[in-house]
Amino acid sequence: MGWLKPLTLVLGCLPISYCIWQVSRLYSGDAGILGADPAKAIVEFNGQWTLYFLLLTLSITPLRTIFGIPALVGIRRMLGLFTFFYASVHLLCYALLLLELRFGEILADLEKRPYISIGFAAYLLLIPLAVTSSNAMVRLLRKRWKRLHRLIYVISLLALVHLAWLTRSDYTEVVIYTLIVALLLLFRTLNRSWFERKLLMPFRRENPS
Amino acid sequence: MAGMQPRSSEITDERTFMRRRGFIKAAGAIAAGAVASRALAADSAVATNTSAERRILVHEGEVLHSQATPPWLVPKLREAVPGNFSTNESATPYEYVSQYNNFYEFGTDKGDPVENARDFNSEPWTLEVTGEADRTGKFNLEDILKPHALEERIYRLRCVEAWSMVVPWIGFPLADLIRRFEPNSNAKFVRFETLFDPQQMPGQRSRFTAIDYPYVEGLRIDEAVNELAFVAIGLYGRSLPPQNGAPLRLVVPWKYGFKSIKSIARISFLRERPKTTWELSNSREYGFYANVNPEVDHPRWSQGSERRLPGSLFSRSRTETLMFNGYAPQVAHLYTGMNLKRNF
Ligand code: HEM
Repeated sequence: MGWLKPLTLVLGCLPISYCIWQVSRLYSGDAGILGADPAKAIVEFNGQWTLYFLLLTLSITPLRTIFGIPALVGIRRMLGLFTFFYASVHLLCYALLLLELRFGEILADLEKRPYISIGFAAYLLLIPLAVTSSNAMVRLLRKRWKRLHRLIYVISLLALVHLAWLTRSDYTEVVIYTLIVALLLLFRTLNRSWFERKLLMPFRRENPS
Repeated sequence: MAGMQPRSSEITDERTFMRRRGFIKAAGAIAAGAVASRALAADSAVATNTSAERRILVHEGEVLHSQATPPWLVPKLREAVPGNFSTNESATPYEYVSQYNNFYEFGTDKGDPVENARDFNSEPWTLEVTGEADRTGKFNLEDILKPHALEERIYRLRCVEAWSMVVPWIGFPLADLIRRFEPNSNAKFVRFETLFDPQQMPGQRSRFTAIDYPYVEGLRIDEAVNELAFVAIGLYGRSLPPQNGAPLRLVVPWKYGFKSIKSIARISFLRERPKTTWELSNSREYGFYANVNPEVDHPRWSQGSERRLPGSLFSRSRTETLMFNGYAPQVAHLYTGMNLKRNF
């Protein structure tokens, strides 16, 4: 499936391209395109896509087991890097567009606003994963690489807390994303052989036996 | 646009323009306002309307809702005059004021209310008045508004989320409304309640909301009769769009926006302080007073500065937040001796 990676690359660039297109329209005078608060809209947009890519990254293992498509693992790293990329844009736009680089207020936010502290913690944990994503690093770290990259589970939980704590009244979205993450994590702890034999065989494309 | 019915007069001019008011009317309003108002000398942000040349701001373009202005309201709106206490900062354009709203009854995203309130029907409207007053009961909105002449007040609106707008409201002083119900000496607080109508308000049907509807707000009686407290029934020279709180809402410009309750269906005069919706939902974050105060931090947003909307990505929009949103000369005396850190 040689087309999988290029396709992922192209699709992953679409959200940020759309965002850039909107900003350029705003710059050329389309005042309404991002609403009354363009800065907030951009921060939220990139936050949403950070979460989507995080969920996509997490769903690779279950998907490849369920549908028996080992090739899927080939795009997992790219999805993880997109998660990091959108998180970086999210953070950068927060600091630059929302806080207008008032570092005093940014530091106060990091310290005093729990939802920002937890989001920042999630971002800090993404950094080592992004840094060690290359093949060379996988070889270098061997067994420890796998253990290190289990941080993604912690990051998912922090992201959920970030979302819950920034919610002011309606928790519908939080409930939905929590269920999705719970499902994705639960899958990894279930008795896989039972799962595969009883439920998944019919869906398999490549039957190993 | 679906559901939109512009009046023929609106088609001629798509821009917001200034409607000129006659000298006599404006002068009359100034005289009336002057009786109630204290000296404003020190506050540069508040412009007194001594000029007969002032006009009210009118939006003549399209609207995004299906509700036509009730015929009885049209002549009243037409006679609205510039009022007191208006800021001379430039007003946030109608398009943003009417499309960027916190009105959780119609959804929690800022763009939800304009979509979900499109067909909201607020005609006829009944206002129920209860509690410690001599004239209680159910009143028709048209009857209530009859004796009140309308004026424009261009106020700053500061949201607790650290953004702000400047809105040309049309309405009349809350004190004038309250006086008509003849509250008695036991009335120490005024409680306001938004319409409860899950059929029309999808937010009230949400299963996972931390808000207990109907929405409730409150003021101390002396706050309520302060000269700045205002009942808005319109903005930009026309009736309130549903997403902005049709048909009538409170405007208390020295407090965070959530105190300015929308679509009011009930007013009660009480001996005891009412519990407000946000206070009940999260008492650590929201208090009863909710005065704009750059020195009292909110757990979610630093309150030292604010972003004036509409924002531009290409220039700064953050400005320092002023004590009582810049209305200290009119309201600071209400809180002398109070610990505002504790009574946030
Ligand atoms: C893995 C890391 C992160 C994820 C998955 C994430 C995800 C999200 C999501 C889904 C939203 C909601 C967007 C919406 O309302 O539509 C959001 C909002 C936000 N995030 Fe993050 N975020 C992360 C890290 C951060 C960091 C590091 C910061 C800042 C230091 C931050 C600051 C914010 C802010 C200010 C908002 C807007 C809050 C509001 O609506 O008032 N986030 N984020």
